[in-house]
Amino acid sequence: MTKGRKIESIILKILVYAAAVITFVVLLFLLAYILINGLPHIKPELFALEYTTENASLMPALINTVIMTLLSLIIAVPFGIFSAIFLVEYAKKGNRFIGLIRLTTETLSGIPSIVYGLFGMLFFVTALGWGYSILAGAFTMSIMILPLIMRTTEEALKSVPDTYREGSFGLGAGKLRTIFRIVLPSAIPGIMAGVILAIGRIMGETAALMYTSGTVPDMAKTPMDAGRTLALHMYNLSSEGLYMDQAYATAVILLILVVGMNTLSAFVARKLTKGK
Amino acid sequence: MKNWKEKGMQGVFLLAACASILAVALICIFLFANGIPAMKEIGFLDFLTGQTWRPGNNIYGILPFILGSIYVTAGAIIIGVPIGIFTSVFMAHYCPKKIYPVLKSATELLAGIPSVVYGFFGLVVIVPLVRDYINTHGIRGNGGNSMLAASIILGIMILPTIIGVTESNMRSVPEQYYEGSLALGATKERTIFRIVIPAAKSGVIAGVVLGIGRAIGETMAVIMVAGNQPQMPQGIFRGLRTMTTNIVMEMGYAADLHREALIATAVVLFVFILIINLCVSLLNRRNDND
Amino acid sequence: MGKIDIKDMDLFYGSFQALKNVNLEIEANKITAFIGPSGCGKSTLLKSLNRMNDLVEGCRIQGKILLDGQDIYAKSTDVNTLRKRVGMVFQKPNPFPMSIYDNIAYGPRTHGIHSKSKLDDIVEKSLRNAAIWDEVKDRLKKSALGMSGGQQQRLCIARALAVEPEVLLMDEPTSALDPISTSKIEDLAADLKKDYTIVMVTHNMQQAVRISDNTAFFLLGEMIEYNNTEKLFSIPSDKRTEDYITGRFG
Repeated sequence: MTKGRKIESIILKILVYAAAVITFVVLLFLLAYILINGLPHIKPELFALEYTTENASLMPALINTVIMTLLSLIIAVPFGIFSAIFLVEYAKKGNRFIGLIRLTTETLSGIPSIVYGLFGMLFFVTALGWGYSILAGAFTMSIMILPLIMRTTEEALKSVPDTYREGSFGLGAGKLRTIFRIVLPSAIPGIMAGVILAIGRIMGETAALMYTSGTVPDMAKTPMDAGRTLALHMYNLSSEGLYMDQAYATAVILLILVVGMNTLSAFVARKLTKGK
Repeated sequence: MKNWKEKGMQGVFLLAACASILAVALICIFLFANGIPAMKEIGFLDFLTGQTWRPGNNIYGILPFILGSIYVTAGAIIIGVPIGIFTSVFMAHYCPKKIYPVLKSATELLAGIPSVVYGFFGLVVIVPLVRDYINTHGIRGNGGNSMLAASIILGIMILPTIIGVTESNMRSVPEQYYEGSLALGATKERTIFRIVIPAAKSGVIAGVVLGIGRAIGETMAVIMVAGNQPQMPQGIFRGLRTMTTNIVMEMGYAADLHREALIATAVVLFVFILIINLCVSLLNRRNDND
Repeated sequence: MGKIDIKDMDLFYGSFQALKNVNLEIEANKITAFIGPSGCGKSTLLKSLNRMNDLVEGCRIQGKILLDGQDIYAKSTDVNTLRKRVGMVFQKPNPFPMSIYDNIAYGPRTHGIHSKSKLDDIVEKSLRNAAIWDEVKDRLKKSALGMSGGQQQRLCIARALAVEPEVLLMDEPTSALDPISTSKIEDLAADLKKDYTIVMVTHNMQQAVRISDNTAFFLLGEMIEYNNTEKLFSIPSDKRTEDYITGRFG
């Protein structure tokens, strides 16, 4: 081997290790920094039911987040699962219409959240006259997570062995019964993993909600009330610059929630592959 | 009766499947119907190439923001792509089996962190670092809120996308290529960079393009660190404003033509994203044909 | 008239003709075996008997298949009712990922039986008929996926019996099983024929000789010979049958 080649190899090897170190050190540093600065500021008064100028409580935002998440899932999950059922169980291959569905789903998953936010503002808030409200935010979010739920459900349905379907048909069960009693139950872990991922997405979203659910720091009493979610709460705290300690604490809570959701999703997905 | 139920539910499934088509159609209609007239009123060319944005005087040129978006994205690519590709080489070929699952979930975690947390991290860590650098070197700047800070944060944010796509594409390169090259006496490094990566090229490019899409569409992380001055970009240590942040900054109080000009900004952004999406699906299709 | 009459039947997958002009009469309460080299169309024919081929895109059938004199491909035929009457056991055991009890009860529930006591009876009776009751009676609520391959296949037979079919189609039911499980299934089939008409595809000629009453030999989509099993194996009338059963090809 020539000397040049040897040096080339060594340099490349160094670069590979250096890049990996950078990636994981940055991640560790980010997590550690926020945890170290945020944990001391997590105090009981942060969980007071009321937000006041003296006490920037995150509880109202947390409750709004939960409501927002539930509403978005209620809307998006049935649509996502049903359309995945259509694509996997009914659609014939090479159909033009199916191509259109796939194209639009791909497009949806690439649209930036601010564009969703703007659309939500134009359509749900203004055109439908809902005003800034949790409901407008939830509808906007449900469109945003639709492609994610569709894709994960599709993959989960595809991974159900055809022999299950044959077995059920062979007993004289119709298509509907086969889908709801045999195929869907077998696909549930995969679908759950997708739904949990979607929950993480909703909890972390900011740009799509700013002009749909509004930035009011109070708890929404009905879905037609405006109210900010945890991520939006955190953005407002840090951009106002008055409540940096609370912003750190909120970041910790947000990080724990979102990271927890992602870990849970990965865990569920792994269980699925192990069960095979 | 039973047949009726089967047919009925098939219809329900079909309708649900139309939801995504309906959503895309509605998004296009509402954006374009509100944005295009404003562009016409301002003048397409004045809107796209105008260097001044002064809503108070009814001057709406978004060139500074288009350039802003392109610059921070380019910065993110310069920072994120090499680190991402080298890291994915590590993941695919160097990582000890024992720690692989930990690192793999770490990259997934990186993807799951909300953009507002990235932005916050940028605000409290990166921006002060840039500020110190500017101050000690006597460079003109906007207190650390800068293109550089935005590029660094975006560079970190696109890492998981690039690592994920590149790694899976490298893994799908046939083992024989790798072995064949080693058998000829090439080093592991040479084999990976001369044989494996070129073989996975179009997949790697698709990953990069996907990363570009993420970076150009990112809003909250950028708004917290970029300074957001509505001016032409003036260097990496100066503040700038992107298309996404322009919308968020002013939408809260904009009215009439100003409001529509912001929606028109979103239209331009949307077109950018559509082009990027098209590139990705073309690249993926070419991959599948290989 | 047999239990099932197949008349001038052709079957196409797209432009490929998989079965050519098949005429066959399947007798009630007998075991009929389909033999022949792989790709000869025997499984395809079996799957036509309860219209499982409907699931295959581009599959087209000409001619007639009559069950008790009624055309099963007629417009008025309800596929699900047909499949209730003509049950099927597959090549690979395919229990559903649920409990043993629920596997058996799935079919009856599909056809509208929901009473707990009735279902209990059906489950016990089906498992007894499939000669597996004693092995599983203490773990009916456990997952069916935890059973051995041979047990799973007998469970699938029990599952098919639970909907009280008239005909039982078996598509190489022992090809994935060990010799002991195989002989259990064979004994079971011989036992079941007093109540059911059984049609079995097998790649194993000894199996056909051991348990079937009639045998049909297929080659390249054509039915070459159909006769009493003993006669077909002792004095085949067609040269190709003789070549096959003496092991000259296949």
